[in-house]
Amino acid sequence: MSATPLLQLHGITKRFGQTDVLRGVDLTISPREAVGLIGDNGAGKSTLVKILSGVYAPTGGTIELAGAPVRFPSPLAARSAGIEMIYQDLAVCDDLDAAANVFLGREPRHRVGPARWLDRRRMRADAARIFERLGASIAVDQEVGSMSGGERQLVAVARALEFSPQLLLMDEPTAALSNAKIHMLLGIVQRLKQEDVAVLLISHRFTDLIQVCDRILALRDGRIAASISPRGRDVAELMAEMQEALTGETLGASA
Amino acid sequence: MSELTHEGLARGGRNPLQQRLAAAPRAVNDRLGVIGTALIVALIAELVVFSLLSPYFLAVDNFNNIGRAMTIVGIAAIGQTVVIIAGGFDLSVGSVMAAAGMLAAYIVGAGGGTAVGLLAALAMGICVGLLNGTVTSYLRINPLITTLATLAIVRGIAFVISGGNAEVVSNTLFLDIGTNSVAGVPLVVWLMLVLFLAVGFVLPRTRFGRYAYAIGSNARGARLAGVPLHRWRLAFYGLSGLLAAVAGCVTVARTGQADPAANIGVELDVITAVILGGTSLNGGRGRLFGTFLGLSVLAVLNNGLILASVASYWQQVVKGVVLLLAVSLSELRGTRRDEE
Repeated sequence: MSATPLLQLHGITKRFGQTDVLRGVDLTISPREAVGLIGDNGAGKSTLVKILSGVYAPTGGTIELAGAPVRFPSPLAARSAGIEMIYQDLAVCDDLDAAANVFLGREPRHRVGPARWLDRRRMRADAARIFERLGASIAVDQEVGSMSGGERQLVAVARALEFSPQLLLMDEPTAALSNAKIHMLLGIVQRLKQEDVAVLLISHRFTDLIQVCDRILALRDGRIAASISPRGRDVAELMAEMQEALTGETLGASA
Repeated sequence: MSELTHEGLARGGRNPLQQRLAAAPRAVNDRLGVIGTALIVALIAELVVFSLLSPYFLAVDNFNNIGRAMTIVGIAAIGQTVVIIAGGFDLSVGSVMAAAGMLAAYIVGAGGGTAVGLLAALAMGICVGLLNGTVTSYLRINPLITTLATLAIVRGIAFVISGGNAEVVSNTLFLDIGTNSVAGVPLVVWLMLVLFLAVGFVLPRTRFGRYAYAIGSNARGARLAGVPLHRWRLAFYGLSGLLAAVAGCVTVARTGQADPAANIGVELDVITAVILGGTSLNGGRGRLFGTFLGLSVLAVLNNGLILASVASYWQQVVKGVVLLLAVSLSELRGTRRDEE
């Protein structure tokens, strides 16, 4: 990876009360790179992505985005910097329609003097465009609460992609999907690489990661314990290596 | 980014016809809804029954009476609708009405001028609303508890300051607000209608309205998408407090006195109108027009029962029955979704 790194983490730590969840995470993600992140429950995966998405502030360490140090005091700050997150539970509002969900938090508005009001037509048109791009036949005025799991997932994907992010964080995006839908979602991840979007994918499904990731990182005891390159490797061998990276010799000792 | 298509992704096994069928009832729903339709039917039924029961019912004067009787509950119900859509609750409106009305009456009585008195009352309402919003949002206290506390505190302060005595208002400008009419319709009814229209216009067209629905639907999701929850909750509760203060001033203008015991228990009528109008207590759903219909059904019912010489005790019973029926209807209709 010789290109200028998109994202660099140096010694990121996070402490909750007496518990050190992250103990110095160093991580580099290059543009267009798809990076997988594995780790046992409690290894700190969610904490790490929540730091990147502006939900938590790190206790220590620095984050650099395209070479410049950054801080994300809020989810909106991370989104504005080009880092989007798709949460495991999708974080969509069931009572809002698809277009409203796609633009939630960043609605385009008309302005006249001090008055501001929602540009609903533009939201519907732009949402329709991105759903078309995703190959999804979703009615932009349909309430998300009445949608299937796959459609809801696509609304969350559309929300993340609408503002052309540089880095997309995905937390167990395939956990609630059928096999057919998983295949389609991974297809989207692969296509994102061609569109200059880097992806950090958390999954416990090794096969998903092997399929789309350029690198797979194992988080153990709050540190990156291993970096595995799956390219051109035997799947069975990789699975064994990942399993080993996850458990190591310290099985059961993770926080 | 045109290559981003992936054949069949999330077609979800629904063909266009199925989608259209699923969308059709929703389109009707969006305009009026099952509850709205039911309320209009109920309203028409009330009009027919009461005009048969009483010769005085179908008269312009009587409709002005109904309108006037709606104003206090109605103005407060506007703010309450927004707060409940946003997943909150405001029990303090009755107390705010009394305290704000007293403040206005004192200032006007002391020669401070009607405008100053009214503005001070409105500012007080906003302050109580901001307090409610601060405690529920920043401290994460259940809004029922928060506003139950401010209900007691604000009412108590109104009694402490007044020593329990009503303040009679003699300022004619202030009283005119309660008695004057424009185009044959009482000024206070116009005020209520304008407020309904204004907030009803704002709710679907602004971030203020959209975030009320979003926060009531999924507060965590809204926060993660970048919606600053605290700030908006302050705005919602602030609006409720402001409108409660307006209703308090209307009370004083209509009755000619500011009573620390005014509007005790009115919050229950306000909430009844809102819930009857189809706003979900779980947040995320509701329409101001529904609140207006719910309010109208209750007001016509009250008025008709009086004219039909039904003992006033029965009005409470009927109101409760209507509310139960309406909520049951909405539950039957509603697709029960898994709550968080």
